[in-house]
Amino acid sequence: MIHSALTHAPIDAAELLARVGHDEDGAAILFLGTVRNHADDRPVTGITYEAYEEMASPVLAEIAAEAAEILGSDRLAVVHRIGELEVGEHAVAIAASSPHRAQAYEASRYVIEEIKKRLPVWKKEHYADGRDAWVQGTKPGATGSGTGTAAATAEGRR
Amino acid sequence: MSVQALFFAAYRDLLGTRALSVDLPEGATVADLVATLRSRGAPFSALPLEPAVAVNRAYAFPSETLQPGDEVAFIPPVAGG
Repeated sequence: MIHSALTHAPIDAAELLARVGHDEDGAAILFLGTVRNHADDRPVTGITYEAYEEMASPVLAEIAAEAAEILGSDRLAVVHRIGELEVGEHAVAIAASSPHRAQAYEASRYVIEEIKKRLPVWKKEHYADGRDAWVQGTKPGATGSGTGTAAATAEGRR
Repeated sequence: MSVQALFFAAYRDLLGTRALSVDLPEGATVADLVATLRSRGAPFSALPLEPAVAVNRAYAFPSETLQPGDEVAFIPPVAGG
């Protein structure tokens, strides 16, 4: 069963991985997006993630459903964390399994790339010098289907 | 008619508000709402000319016509993951 969710609690990667897998599957993969301790050369102490939750939940479900088409099964799970995260904490986790590895890798990659293009989530980096800034992102937009992405026009960092 | 404008992340910080009720003429579009807000002067004039916008939680084109009570979210460039 496809699973997608936003969460304010720490991500349990093992629990997510346990949601996928099947006797038919020879491959199961887990992707973790993790808060790193730097942005370029600048030390980072944490990241605050904010979401337009009423929209992000259905958009994440839509992305997961599209990825399941690539995967060829419903054995895909994704969760995105919201709130204040420290270095080393997981912001996003994606699990997928398939009979052969190619589909699992492709579906997992699709989910993270689409999250970055169109999930209404923002992150503010907190730096070691006490300053903070919203991370430069990707401009999402309407397409013919009413969802998805337009040109990846980045705006300047504030 | 009035619509509910929502602002997130950098836009909320810029404007100092998360939500505003905005009065518009019947038949106004997303682009009309953006222009109306930008015409209020600082800090609204610092909003982009064509920000990404979601109407009732779906990304919308600037030409989309608004209805009374619509929820119109101004979406800064997204940075999930």
